[in-house]
Amino acid sequence: MNDKRPSNQPERPSTQIRWGRRLWIALSMLLLVYGLVQAVEESTTLNRITPIGMVQVAGEPLITKTTPDIADVDTAEPIAAPRPSRSDYPNIGVSSRAIVWILAQLHLFFAALVLAVPLFLLTIELLGVYTGDERYDNMAYEFMKISLTGFSITAIFGGSLALALFVLYPDFMGYMMHVFGVQVLVYAILFFLESFFLYTYYYGWNAFRYGNLKWVHLSLGLMLNASGLTIMVLANSWATFMMAPSGVNEVGAVVGNIWEIMKGPLWNPINLHRFIANIAFGGTVVGAYAAFKFLSTNDPDRRAHYDWMGYTSNFIAILAFLPLPFAGYWLMAEIYAYSQQMGITAMGGILAWLFIVQAVLIGTILLAGNFYLWAGMSRTDGSDRYKGLIKYIAAVLVVCFLIWVTPHTLILSASEISLLGGSYHHILGPLGIMPAKNVAVNLMLVATFLSFQLYRRSDKVATVSWAPMGNALMVPIYVVAIVNIIFLGVYYGYFTNTVYKVGSSVAQVASTLVVIIAGIILDTLMFRNAKTLPSHWGRIPDRAQYALFALPIAFTWLMGLMGYVRSSVKTHWHVYTVMKDNSPDNYIPTIAYAGNMITIVTVLFLLCVLFMFWVANLSSTRQAKPAAGGAV
Amino acid sequence: MKVLLKTLGFSLALTLLFTFVTYLLPQVEGEAPVEKEVDLSSLTMDDFITLGEDLFNNKGTCTLSHKPAPLGRAPDIQGTDMIALSDERLADERYQGEAKDAAGYMLESMIDPSRYVVATWGKKGTSDSESPMPAIDKPPIKLSTIEMDPIIAYLQAKDVNDVTVALPSPEDAASVASTDQKASDGTTLQAPAATVEEALGKYAGNACHAMDSSDTRVGAGLVDVGTRLSKEDIRQSIVDPNAVIAEGFAAAMPADFAAKMTVKELDMIVAYLLEKK
Repeated sequence: MNDKRPSNQPERPSTQIRWGRRLWIALSMLLLVYGLVQAVEESTTLNRITPIGMVQVAGEPLITKTTPDIADVDTAEPIAAPRPSRSDYPNIGVSSRAIVWILAQLHLFFAALVLAVPLFLLTIELLGVYTGDERYDNMAYEFMKISLTGFSITAIFGGSLALALFVLYPDFMGYMMHVFGVQVLVYAILFFLESFFLYTYYYGWNAFRYGNLKWVHLSLGLMLNASGLTIMVLANSWATFMMAPSGVNEVGAVVGNIWEIMKGPLWNPINLHRFIANIAFGGTVVGAYAAFKFLSTNDPDRRAHYDWMGYTSNFIAILAFLPLPFAGYWLMAEIYAYSQQMGITAMGGILAWLFIVQAVLIGTILLAGNFYLWAGMSRTDGSDRYKGLIKYIAAVLVVCFLIWVTPHTLILSASEISLLGGSYHHILGPLGIMPAKNVAVNLMLVATFLSFQLYRRSDKVATVSWAPMGNALMVPIYVVAIVNIIFLGVYYGYFTNTVYKVGSSVAQVASTLVVIIAGIILDTLMFRNAKTLPSHWGRIPDRAQYALFALPIAFTWLMGLMGYVRSSVKTHWHVYTVMKDNSPDNYIPTIAYAGNMITIVTVLFLLCVLFMFWVANLSSTRQAKPAAGGAV
Repeated sequence: MKVLLKTLGFSLALTLLFTFVTYLLPQVEGEAPVEKEVDLSSLTMDDFITLGEDLFNNKGTCTLSHKPAPLGRAPDIQGTDMIALSDERLADERYQGEAKDAAGYMLESMIDPSRYVVATWGKKGTSDSESPMPAIDKPPIKLSTIEMDPIIAYLQAKDVNDVTVALPSPEDAASVASTDQKASDGTTLQAPAATVEEALGKYAGNACHAMDSSDTRVGAGLVDVGTRLSKEDIRQSIVDPNAVIAEGFAAAMPADFAAKMTVKELDMIVAYLLEKK
């Protein structure tokens, strides 16, 4: 990131600031390490995947089932999950599920945004401290200001969602309240904490701007994120309990403590997945804001500022987006480990078609992200060296995208089937199954990283003596990884059985990660003290800004789509295996119906975000005082 | 304003493009399993086998995993003669179960799949000692023993083997009805009524309605109900009494008969009332 530093280099930070920085990092690292150690200790398979009715307290022997005597039953009789019949669900004339769907999705979009923004801004603020470039700080503050209304909008949708659930699904909500009990109050208390840190972080921005006070401000930001993320993981536990209940027995009676209820097998995979996705989501929304501002002005300075803001947001968004599929793999693997049936419902059952739409969306994201980078190369004079490679990267992306969207089973009429000799095409059919998709996705990620690497190199000339050797090393890393990804996909995907097929995808992912990590390390070392070529912020075609709109739209739509899958894999259960859904909407709707719903929520979200930006801009607008005697 | 319209238009068009893609795909609805009422006491063997096939493909969700290679996540059952294969497996030294014949083996693999795991199909890292298959007598599939028998019959019959499982006896049928109700209400209910008098007594029909006069008790007298209502109307007024309420009466009739009565009981009562002319 620091390659785009402005020409007026800041002064070296004072000793006091450097010590403050070290202390702050040491404390943060200590917390992180402690958290990781705790997580690793907890994450043995036995502890993570606790089957229903077999709750085990960490470090203690497995609780064996005992037949309670009469005295026990009298004192603590477990309450089973309710079994509501259809008439127990209030009928208000329109689909209850549609109402809850819209409210839940809008709440989640905004919740993701207001969690993402502080996370994103803290990263930007830290970058500002490290580079000494005040533009980072100004940008972070500007975006904090415009997203402030988002917190209220989140709360409004959250409250409406809770009310809708209590009114429309009273038995279900009664059961959830019974299971989670006091935890819900803890959730409420955390809002007070979050609000405290939110307002002190925002209003204290300029009061705590330099020196040691800056570290106070960063700490406020850290606490804001900590309370926000705690809120997120608490809410996640409700969703994951519904998918894979733990801490309750076969009929849904609570047999474990709140920690055992929360710590279901899918909780941490969802936590990680949403955490990473939030950063990427926040980045794309900030990018769209910058793009809009860029297009709205002709002032070269403002265009330069918003071009830089768009680039920085996009950089963070795509960087966060790259590991997202791997977090998705983990989640899916845990779903399969918890219940084969649930996994197959998602990936091989009626929901399988939806992954074609997912491919279109992720393909859009990667193509738009890459296009923006290529267009951005026009900012620097040194990019000519790499422009020749763009067409090859584009070709790889397009071919992989087409493989990804190829369905396994073709939609054909009876006569077409007889002509083809079956519903699988002899060439396209094999491209329709998972191994081909895995190859395509991994190659797309590698290609995207290559775009990044070229972009980052475009305004630099390495001065270290071993630069040619470094370049020579990078080429075989790419080649070996690409060969490995293709070989693993083809050999284990088509010539061995399913068990190896799934296992080989881990090695493919590892190859991709090796390229990314090796590329970052090598470039960091190689371009130390590099000669910097001039960059011209604002020198980018207008059409590149539309890529910054495509990203949040595709991202929002993708979140909606994945929400539909996550919720649908429970099929006709409110809480999988313990509480049946007997409401009139207890079926999985068609993909087109879901598409309509997702479009409705995406458009509503877009309008709400526009409102948020508009309101924020009002505060910086002041009406001119009317001339004396003039109309008011 | 122009920029706003252009960017909004672009965003909207992209959103609609994604929606359009969803319209190109097959539109499938994932219906919740419907509880089918099957009169077990009047089944023929052919019905029994067809029921087994239906359970295998639908409620049992067996075909989610048991598909032909390379798609399946479990051995292809429908494409294999399971009876011949069962004998091989029973003779295998890795077999740990207690089954003596093919039918027993198949039942055992449904309720305790880890007793014998087909080589290479076990859970990852367990060296084929643990099966990834869920016990199908437990939620979320939760088939009853009476539902597993027809599946075995289907698997035997599909490869022209002799069907060795017996059709359910009337006692079995009756006990299924009563356990189902126990499960759905959480309370112990009486066994299904054998005669219409028993049924009326069990649901206290006589308490509220006079059967042999037109006198009003809590509900209307039913001496001539067969002339006033059709078969469907009588059925509806029992199953969903608040749908149509006779003039001058409050909605006092219990609304949970549909959940409590067996189909046979309901049929008996409806037929009895239809005769009241």
